[in-house]
Amino acid sequence: MADGRSLSSSVCIVGVDESDEIGNLPGKSQLTLHLEAITNAVRDAGLKVSDVDGIFTAGQHSPALLGEALGIIPRYVDGTTVGGCSFIIEVGHAVAALHHGLCHVAVISHGESGRSGVGVSPRRDTSLTGQFEAPFGFGGAPTLFGMITTRHMHVYGTTLEQWAQVAVATRKWAALNPKALRREPITVADVLNSRPVVYPFNVLNICLVTDAGGAVVLTRADRAKDCAKTPVYVRGVGESTEHVMLTQMRDLTFSEATHLAGEKAFRMADVAPRDFDHIMLYDAFTSGPPIMLESLGIAARGEGVHFFAEGRATPGGKLPINTNGGGLSYTHSGMYGIFPIIEATRQLRGECGPRQVPNVRLSLVNGMGGMLSAAGTLVLSNER
Amino acid sequence: MELDRPLPSPITPEAKPFWDGLRERKLLLPRCQACGHAFFYPRVLCPRCHARDIGWIQASGRGKLHAFEIAYQAFHKAWKIKPPYVLAMVELAEGPRLMTNLVNVEPDPKAIKCDMPVQVVFSKLTDEITLPLFEPVR
Repeated sequence: MADGRSLSSSVCIVGVDESDEIGNLPGKSQLTLHLEAITNAVRDAGLKVSDVDGIFTAGQHSPALLGEALGIIPRYVDGTTVGGCSFIIEVGHAVAALHHGLCHVAVISHGESGRSGVGVSPRRDTSLTGQFEAPFGFGGAPTLFGMITTRHMHVYGTTLEQWAQVAVATRKWAALNPKALRREPITVADVLNSRPVVYPFNVLNICLVTDAGGAVVLTRADRAKDCAKTPVYVRGVGESTEHVMLTQMRDLTFSEATHLAGEKAFRMADVAPRDFDHIMLYDAFTSGPPIMLESLGIAARGEGVHFFAEGRATPGGKLPINTNGGGLSYTHSGMYGIFPIIEATRQLRGECGPRQVPNVRLSLVNGMGGMLSAAGTLVLSNER
Repeated sequence: MELDRPLPSPITPEAKPFWDGLRERKLLLPRCQACGHAFFYPRVLCPRCHARDIGWIQASGRGKLHAFEIAYQAFHKAWKIKPPYVLAMVELAEGPRLMTNLVNVEPDPKAIKCDMPVQVVFSKLTDEITLPLFEPVR
């Protein structure tokens, strides 16, 4: 069917895990981070590495390299690389491949030595960034995402204090997650007084830079029952891309790609934007999650920040957001998108200890690639 | 003289008229001969009607500051200009947007407003390369 409903809940996430450690790991290569995460996630599923026959990844290492390193000849590979949300998008690709029997056990893997740069190829400007951005001093995400942010402030009157609330709210969750890198409480004043990097961002408005791996294992729902943990049903998936160069984004305050990805995922899952009781949003910058809420139709235009300022998104709030502590406080290796999938799965399994959201049934995962350039959305549930 | 910023590189054939025009202090924009849509960056087809018939027009050099940032450090290894400096996205009167620097302005968020009128300032970097920077219209 055109809206993908026949694929809804036909595939489950059955295994998730990080690499053995995450954080500052100068002793581990990018490839090692992949392989640790894959073996850990496969073990979490109660499966063996030799059961894996579909390899999905994004970034510098191709699925062919991962297959080789694992000693697997896969029957299905996908290396879609459209930014940090690629892993979220690949969940949708894996659902289609598994549903149609093109593979039987899919692993989506991320490994990135984002802080230490071990086993990493040097980055180079492309012909477009090299001609039209680099000569003016642009380089790296903060110099671009800030444009989205100052435009939003101009159009909606959003303030630096409101963006800071996002960092404060997210840090409250990180305090409850033993794996989070930054766990000490912060205040709005701490954010506003932290080191200026590029206006409108101080350092506490910007995600961490870490070394980390993560992996997600999926199989068809009929087979998921035999796995070790409570299956998490993939009820809806959506993806899109709008731009790569920020000048081409139609409206800097609204992500068309996010809107379309969300619309597709919600329709496939037969849910409405306000049905969720847990939300994971890709937070490379404090302004990202509010703009995603607006683009997804969960918040009115210009009002996404209120979810954080009013305590709705924080521990004990009615709509918990970024319960792992996010890219802002838990970990952010560069392409963060695997980690919100891992956290949503753990929440839906009830594995999260002090940060567990009570009675969570329906979780939203939404990630961006680039500067809200690409988007992937998932609707996940512990009920079919 | 040592350069204080990265040169545009690699220059692609489809963008060469843009860089050639700047050397003569002209801001040229690609425009679709079929539908009249002016766009930027240069490419061989019109992103609106997908015609492959692209010409060039000289832009007025006037526009509005669409969005901005104030950088407190260098973000590119070849950047030598002392911070703070202003990163800018300008929307030209003809419609397209481009990335640039806002110059001849106090690098202070209180002095810079989105949608303020701006005009091009040609900044010669080498005999080959002139960059289009922008300043507030007084």
